[in-house]
Amino acid sequence: MAVLNEWAFIGVFFSIAWVFPFLPILGARLLAPRKPNSIKQSTYECGVETVGDTWVQFKVQYYIYGLIFLVFDVEIVFLFPWALAYNQLDMFGFFSGLLFVFFLFDALIYAWRKDALEWV
Amino acid sequence: MLEFNASTVAFVVFSLFSLGGALGVVTTRNLVHATLYLILSLFGAAGFFVLLSAPFIAAVQVLVYIGAIAILIVFAVMLTRSMTRLRELYNRQWILSGVVAGALFILLMVGVILPVWGVNGSQVGRPISDVVLGTVDLGVALVDKEQYVLPFEVASLLLTAAMIGAIVIARDDRE
Amino acid sequence: MEQAVCDINHLAECLVQSGVNRDLANLLLSLGGAVLVATVPLVTVLFLILTERKVAARVQDRLGPNRVGPFGLLQSVADAVKMLTKEDITPNGADKFIYNLAPIISFASVILIWAVIPFTPLHIGADLSIGILYFVAVASIGTVKIMIAGWSSNNKYALLGAFRTIAQLLSYEVPMVLALLVPVMIAGTMSMQEMVQVQGGMWFLFMAPVAAVMFFIANLAETGRAPFDLLEAESEIIAGYNIEYSGFKWGMFMAGEFIHAFTACLLAAVIFLGGWWGPGVEQVPVLGFLYLGLKTAVVYLLALVIRSTVPRVRIDQLMTLNWKWLVPISVGNVMITAFLLQVVKLLGLQPQSGDLLAALPQTIILLLGNLVLVAIVVQALRNQGRAQRLADEAAKHDDEQTAIVAVGD
Repeated sequence: MAVLNEWAFIGVFFSIAWVFPFLPILGARLLAPRKPNSIKQSTYECGVETVGDTWVQFKVQYYIYGLIFLVFDVEIVFLFPWALAYNQLDMFGFFSGLLFVFFLFDALIYAWRKDALEWV
Repeated sequence: MLEFNASTVAFVVFSLFSLGGALGVVTTRNLVHATLYLILSLFGAAGFFVLLSAPFIAAVQVLVYIGAIAILIVFAVMLTRSMTRLRELYNRQWILSGVVAGALFILLMVGVILPVWGVNGSQVGRPISDVVLGTVDLGVALVDKEQYVLPFEVASLLLTAAMIGAIVIARDDRE
Repeated sequence: MEQAVCDINHLAECLVQSGVNRDLANLLLSLGGAVLVATVPLVTVLFLILTERKVAARVQDRLGPNRVGPFGLLQSVADAVKMLTKEDITPNGADKFIYNLAPIISFASVILIWAVIPFTPLHIGADLSIGILYFVAVASIGTVKIMIAGWSSNNKYALLGAFRTIAQLLSYEVPMVLALLVPVMIAGTMSMQEMVQVQGGMWFLFMAPVAAVMFFIANLAETGRAPFDLLEAESEIIAGYNIEYSGFKWGMFMAGEFIHAFTACLLAAVIFLGGWWGPGVEQVPVLGFLYLGLKTAVVYLLALVIRSTVPRVRIDQLMTLNWKWLVPISVGNVMITAFLLQVVKLLGLQPQSGDLLAALPQTIILLLGNLVLVAIVVQALRNQGRAQRLADEAAKHDDEQTAIVAVGD
């Protein structure tokens, strides 16, 4: 139950954390002047009229970075329990971890050699 | 059986997040909105893991699914032009996919409910095995010769394969 | 820990005895605690902004704000009041609900980290068993806020800025989390409070200096500090993802950014500089606030000086630095530390008690391992630099040749 109490605190924290930024924004809404007009509300692109759709097509490089990140993220998730239990592990545990990291490092080197890490 | 206490309230809240989010995903016409609903839904799932005393899995849920996969979905949406405003909500295969999804749901429900059907109420909710007790035990089990060291290494290989595959598919090799 | 738990329990008992439901009593207490913990960063941020402006001014040989109140102490308050009266503009075509949600998430996601920070041996919001992973998970929510802010503004600059920022944040999360693996491995715990307690004999800064530096650099990037302030980049994309925001919504982004930078330094102090440890802290736990504050201030000032002196990197340099230097170094660091910890174990040199002498052998071995890694990295950097110089000279030579030929023609 004690464990859950800690999490109850986190739950309460999550519920109230958004109130802190919300209140000043609400206050500003009550106090600040509001005189909208179409020029004021137009999209700000240094005075130039905005051309075409805002949701432009992005290049694939972002997606590749996202994928590489995802793979590393999952790897780290596996390594966390390993690191946490490390005091109880022997040399076999070390070499299992080494092999695990080695495979992943292969992937990084592959990406490197294929220039997937270059920002083009 | 169902007491009114803090965990019950939390369970209801997380269920609302999870189901409401899931409903939002399939009913919105805007793919970015759908991703945000998905984040809400996944957040509810993370809450369930906390209630099940598996905080490690909960953190992983937030870290990997919200922090990485949801973002990756947005990148994917941005890669494809004119996908942010779908004109049609359903395509022609919606009946077929509905049937498949419904059948899968029933199958899963049967699989979950059948083992505990008719079992005494006090027995329900007990963990079946007590091998993995906490995150430390998980770590020990992952590199134990008797237990999960092979799946652990295979997972690494799988991740490597996934990354190489992703690079091969996503890269433009016209030069 | 006992004291605080006792007091809180007593308070709960009091409430229960006066006829309040136990769950409700606990809830009220958590609420009070949460409000208290969350107020600390709110007050801190006012002074952070002032400190930042003062330090930047001194570096640039200026005075900085000094008109409002003594030494300009009330400058931030004046700014906040001014911001309240600024008109709030929602651009055409913005996705209204999400547009308004983004600044709230931005601020909230940073405050949430404070829930697990141990201020003293007694004062901590919630001592989660997975404290460090909680921090990483909450920090990863930060990418969501940038994505929705950039997307909902209906502005190309905002969208471009947001995508760049996300690419940067995602990339630098990898070395940051890999750096965190090292203290977890040495301490054998992910709870923040235990992490600090283990450092009673020796700070992790000395056992894992490379991890500490990696954590610091990655956090500079995660918090968008110069030289990694590409998400601001006034000269290229004006202000990045928050360009369309005005008034207090913009203020929330700014405040969130300042608190995030400070929180990162606070975490560095907790994880690598021994948190609240200091002389006499066991007798007078409240001193922990002072020690933690001092350590954080040192790290924060370092970050400020770097911010004011180092020019911004290009995005390709940013990515190269991360994927070709920081990530391999972090991975190597984890494996070297893991190996040396096994060596320590085989030699039977693990610290048995929490004092300096007991921790010394392990520290020396780990420190030597780190030095070897640093030597390898420095050598690699030298080779890289030499290759670069040779390439530059060759290019220059070619240019001269071409120029001579051109003249000859």
